[in-house]
Amino acid sequence: MSEKTKMVKVYIMGEAFMVPAASTIIMAIEYAGFQLKRGIGCREGFCGACATVYREKGDYKLKGGLGCQTVVSDEMYIAQIPFVPAEKPLYDLNELTPDPSTFMKLFPSIYRCVACNTCTKSCPQDIQVMDYIQALIRGDIKQAAELSFDCIRCGLCALRCPAEIVQYNAGTLARRLYGKYLSPKSPELEDRLQEVNDGIYDQEIDEMMTMDIKDLTKKYFAREIKIT
Amino acid sequence: MYPEYMMESINKVERTRPQRLELARKHGKMIYPRMSEEERETVLNNYHPDYKKESRREVRVGPNKGEILTTEVADIFESYGRVNKEMFNFDKVDYETDVLIIGAGSAGMAAALIASEKGSDVLIATKLRLGDANSMMAQGGIQAATQKDDSPATHYLDVIGGGHFDNKPELAKALVNDAPESIKWLEELGVMFDKDEDGSMTVKSGGGTSRNRMHSTRDYTGAGICRVLRDEVFNRPEKIKYLEYSPVVELLLNEKQEVSGAIIYHLDNKQYSIIKAKSVIMATGGFGRLHIRGFETTNHYGATADGLVLTYRVGAKMMFMDSVQYHPTGAVFPEQIVGFLCTEKIRALGAQPVNCDGELFVYPLEPRDVEASAFIRESQGRDLGVKTPAGLVGIWLDTPLIEDILGEGTIEKMLPAMLRQYERFGIDVRKYPMLVYPTLHYQNGGIEINDKCETNVPGLFVAGEASGGIHGRNRLMGNSQLDIIVFGKRAGLQASNRSNDIQKVGKVHMDHIEKYNAEVAKLHLPKSKIAPMILPDYIPDHVKAKQLVSEYSGTLI
Repeated sequence: MSEKTKMVKVYIMGEAFMVPAASTIIMAIEYAGFQLKRGIGCREGFCGACATVYREKGDYKLKGGLGCQTVVSDEMYIAQIPFVPAEKPLYDLNELTPDPSTFMKLFPSIYRCVACNTCTKSCPQDIQVMDYIQALIRGDIKQAAELSFDCIRCGLCALRCPAEIVQYNAGTLARRLYGKYLSPKSPELEDRLQEVNDGIYDQEIDEMMTMDIKDLTKKYFAREIKIT
Repeated sequence: MYPEYMMESINKVERTRPQRLELARKHGKMIYPRMSEEERETVLNNYHPDYKKESRREVRVGPNKGEILTTEVADIFESYGRVNKEMFNFDKVDYETDVLIIGAGSAGMAAALIASEKGSDVLIATKLRLGDANSMMAQGGIQAATQKDDSPATHYLDVIGGGHFDNKPELAKALVNDAPESIKWLEELGVMFDKDEDGSMTVKSGGGTSRNRMHSTRDYTGAGICRVLRDEVFNRPEKIKYLEYSPVVELLLNEKQEVSGAIIYHLDNKQYSIIKAKSVIMATGGFGRLHIRGFETTNHYGATADGLVLTYRVGAKMMFMDSVQYHPTGAVFPEQIVGFLCTEKIRALGAQPVNCDGELFVYPLEPRDVEASAFIRESQGRDLGVKTPAGLVGIWLDTPLIEDILGEGTIEKMLPAMLRQYERFGIDVRKYPMLVYPTLHYQNGGIEINDKCETNVPGLFVAGEASGGIHGRNRLMGNSQLDIIVFGKRAGLQASNRSNDIQKVGKVHMDHIEKYNAEVAKLHLPKSKIAPMILPDYIPDHVKAKQLVSEYSGTLI
């Protein structure tokens, strides 16, 4: 960072630090000298490890976001959430049926939803969380699977939910049920598995495995490209 | 938003766009000639970071002593251990298990599921949480020859051609042959693959593929898979135990010199524990956080090559450990996302790489090393890149073309992660291109394995990015997501089989570490040079200088 870097003051768990204004929350915490162990993961918005709550200057609202995806602002108060102690029912997917009875049994709490939309407002992925919980209540597993698809399991929805629902675990089950039971099966896949099991490609591969590298190179650069 | 001077270059990109759109409509992806063998070699030799003299050096200790390795890897091999045998009483073991799995990305978790199904008790030890891995971050896809006009043999040829024919043939064969079955296995676990209305898989091409073979779960493919495996691990607490925030700091041998356990260190309470196991699977992933050649990386915070160091010290041989994959398209603007991955799927969907004048300069889907080198040539060699306010340079990836070709709404549907990533920082990639430059992405080489995931050290199995040989010196897009499933499952099966045959592990020790440290000591390196790194250190110098741990060149946890 050059000396001209614009700095802002942030409060990390109440303590003031000067950090570069362009920092994300994670960058700011590291700039202050903390070595992060919890509340950090992929650093690119895919793992949900860095759920953070913060309050900005002049705003009464407690906001939530991903530490690696949220830029700091002057006088921001920051606290990371190291872990979300949420209930996770255990199940054997092979014994479940893709219908509402499964959710009644494993996630009875979803029926407590008061449709306040707090979960949706707290989602850093802008997922329509309440809508997918409502879809599950209606028994529409496909819609719940699709709406919840981009969930990275940061836990902010469950932490804010006044009905104590663990939305993201219900979403996970919806997607697994959809993927396994409800999505239409690929017509080509079974045929190919049969062919591989019958070993019909083995000879062609075995030949290439022992082929002279010059011939192999030639074969490679001459191969037909069929992409769209 | 882009500053004004960058908008001037974007205007040029917009001016050439109609012409390039015409080209794409006529020729599909063949908008620019693919490079010949000679052209590939020239651009690699002149511009690929691996081919620079200082990128590699001779390693002076261990099983690959005297060989030329990636400099930063040689550096971590020439390091002392964190612990010594006087600190432990090996008669008092804290955990005993059939199969110990180190690392909990998709490879480790796939191995855990299979080993548990084969009747083994499984213990996973992982540095951060289950699923905290590069696996979770993969975007573009997973390759498998499931389509009628494709075959495992065609896939094989793409794999070894992309790998410059160096790949270990038995591994490449296992990779392509197990691919269709792996897709089925994942689907039965509940992975939601992108499909057309009739149920057929939506498949796209990737760099160096000769067929549409890339299966995806939107642009969250890694997460789409990894989070399902994790949920399944959670569901089997009787058979699969796991220890989080528990990196392994050393492997243990028994009296027969077989790998028989490990020492873990808890990051929160700083306690060491001893684990005894009949078989050990190393699935710790890659080395992106070593920031090789100073490159930014797409990799997870925990990708510090710990597994390489640990296995090297018990005598495991490395293969192709002189080769680094730079992904052609890492973000260079805005500064908060520098180094982040912009998935290859963006080019597979029709986005074109163009220079500051909006001109095409390379076929968009060359193998990654070739494509990355061409980007470096364009920006460094020809000075036709675009400079960022922070002093970085990049070339344009013209994303608005995707919707011109495939229709409005395509980006939201197929690339939601990318759209969201840029939107957070004020850029709409449906309207404006992304500025990109190669970023450190993947460890091509690793611990040498055979097609049973065995190493030259009995008891030690390896799966995933930590292993070497499958991809030669250059992996193709979508073959890593495949590799971790195929070899994760194989490792789980083989490690479980081995455990079933073993009655008693016997006494464990770490005498090998003493010997290794003595070898390192001959190099007269400072005692502060320790490995594994465990976590990278991003504390700024002016803070570091005043910390009590400032004398350590590795990270002190």
